[in-house]
Amino acid sequence: MSNTDNASSPSHASDDVTIQLRGVHKWYGQFHVLKDINLEVKRGERIVICGPSGSGKSTMIRCINRLEEHQQGQIIVDGTELTDDVKHIDQVRKEVGMVFQHFNLFPHLTVLENCCLAPIWVRKMPRKEAEGVAMRYLEKVKIPEQAKKYPGQLSGGQQQRVAIARSLCMNPNIMLFDEPTSALDPEMIKEVLDTMIELAESGMTMLCVTHEMGFAKTVANRVIFMDGGEIIEENEPHEFFNNPQSDRTQLFLSQILQH
Amino acid sequence: MSVHTPHPDLPPPANIVGVIGWSRSNLFSTPLNTALSLFALYLIYLIVPPMINWIFLDATWVGDTREACASGTGACWVFVKVRINQFMYGFFPEAEYWRINLAFGLLVVLAIPLFIKRFKHKGRLAAFILIFYPIITFQLFSGGNFGLTHVETSKWGGLSLTLILAGVGIVASLPLGIVLALGRRSKMPIVKSVCVVFIEFWRGVPLITVLFMSSVMLPLFLPEGTNFDKLLRAMIGIALFQSAYMAEVIRGGLAAIPKGQYEAAEALGLSFWKSMGLIILPQALKLVIPGIVNTFIALFKDTTLVLIIGLFDLLAIIQQAFADPDWLGYSIEGYVFAASIFWIFCFSMSRYSMSLEKKLNTGHAR
Repeated sequence: MSNTDNASSPSHASDDVTIQLRGVHKWYGQFHVLKDINLEVKRGERIVICGPSGSGKSTMIRCINRLEEHQQGQIIVDGTELTDDVKHIDQVRKEVGMVFQHFNLFPHLTVLENCCLAPIWVRKMPRKEAEGVAMRYLEKVKIPEQAKKYPGQLSGGQQQRVAIARSLCMNPNIMLFDEPTSALDPEMIKEVLDTMIELAESGMTMLCVTHEMGFAKTVANRVIFMDGGEIIEENEPHEFFNNPQSDRTQLFLSQILQH
Repeated sequence: MSVHTPHPDLPPPANIVGVIGWSRSNLFSTPLNTALSLFALYLIYLIVPPMINWIFLDATWVGDTREACASGTGACWVFVKVRINQFMYGFFPEAEYWRINLAFGLLVVLAIPLFIKRFKHKGRLAAFILIFYPIITFQLFSGGNFGLTHVETSKWGGLSLTLILAGVGIVASLPLGIVLALGRRSKMPIVKSVCVVFIEFWRGVPLITVLFMSSVMLPLFLPEGTNFDKLLRAMIGIALFQSAYMAEVIRGGLAAIPKGQYEAAEALGLSFWKSMGLIILPQALKLVIPGIVNTFIALFKDTTLVLIIGLFDLLAIIQQAFADPDWLGYSIEGYVFAASIFWIFCFSMSRYSMSLEKKLNTGHAR
């Protein structure tokens, strides 16, 4: 991995850091889902987060765009701290794109309308211009010919690529992926991963919750392993897969890499 | 290597297609089915021909007086014909009927572009109709300026009153229902409880009580001398009453929208009202079109209850005509006429809702 040195060296310029989580705790009622999460993500970093289900990995990235509220600690995204202040939340959401496991496209709008909606209504972009931007990103994810169709007429892989294009249309600095390939048929996973790899190569800051270890090995600067609401281990991919430090990580890897 | 030649498609045997095939499989498939089919046919034979005879063939259509019907064995439509103006316009002065005609004609003309596919400014036109049409209509009905003589609301009646009550009820209860439904799902405890209390109160009392209270009891609580229109009070009562039902129908739709849609809208940075207006409500309302139209139809028919507070809607004015000594004994004709008018309106609403559902169906993705 050519860029691992760069990623693991300590940051000196703090403006390089785009996401900061400091001592973040979260509870669902009595249940303590996130326990003292500390994480710094630098601009252009690609981070893969893995771990067993219920380990809090989705919850953690959902805290970054405030789909979930944290109760203790600080989350700072691009210099804006996430608090109850709606202005801050809107500011962060403008800069952070998110791709969901179940795509969450808007079924009553065409693919093109799905992509144009936020630029028009949030960024106040004129419709013509927004459509231009949308078509550019639909070309990037290789489905411009589907622009006039409704999401229900597309395959899962196509829908997920539209969802990626929709997020990119807001021109975000950071992209969050919440298990983007988990709901897809096996033969469609590749087309989505290819799109994500291309995005990674363009220098986008990415946080991906995924179990695609091949993807982690190819594009990640860092792999984070979570269990029981804690970050157990983080390392550059080569080390992470070949020389896991904690027994919990070893067990997890042995279970998912066996086949 | 052998070459496979596909078997050609043959036409199906005659006894499984067409009328014969259909009746064989649907009407006469088993002995019990056959017996039931024959019995049903017999019932139709018993009921339908006499009905057609009474309504159409033996009915009296011409004439202006009761005597014209003396010889006929069927319905006496002369009664309806003589009274038709009153049934349509109530006690509105005859010289001013054109104002009502103009009001409804205007609505038809304004609404036509909404049904033309190529017309681009549907939203703007609809907004224009919603805002200005009620003002114009009120002006036309009530008069008082622009050289129109004033007609008191107590003179309004008949089908035109029914349509006004239903129209106001429909136009007011939908947005109010939406607000209440959103309020009931709100995370803010005060907003939520206000909405819950409002909905449960209005759903818990019969409309007839609401109308009675608004017309008889409300004036007792208001300071002496305040007097606002009886019709207006009835309209407000109906609108509030129906909005509670509407809210529950719409809440059902909101609950059916997957959480992911809310999250995707939030993640894109849409504000609460934008995500509701652009993402959630269009889908939720589409899902509950049958429920919404069901409420509209119920509302349309419920307007007949204004009879008890002394407003003469279509049904009330027809019933009132029974008391005319010249036309005693023709109540069946009156009721049949009222029923068919109501049926035409309600059936149209139901068909329109079906076509709307079809048009808006873009398939539901996961």
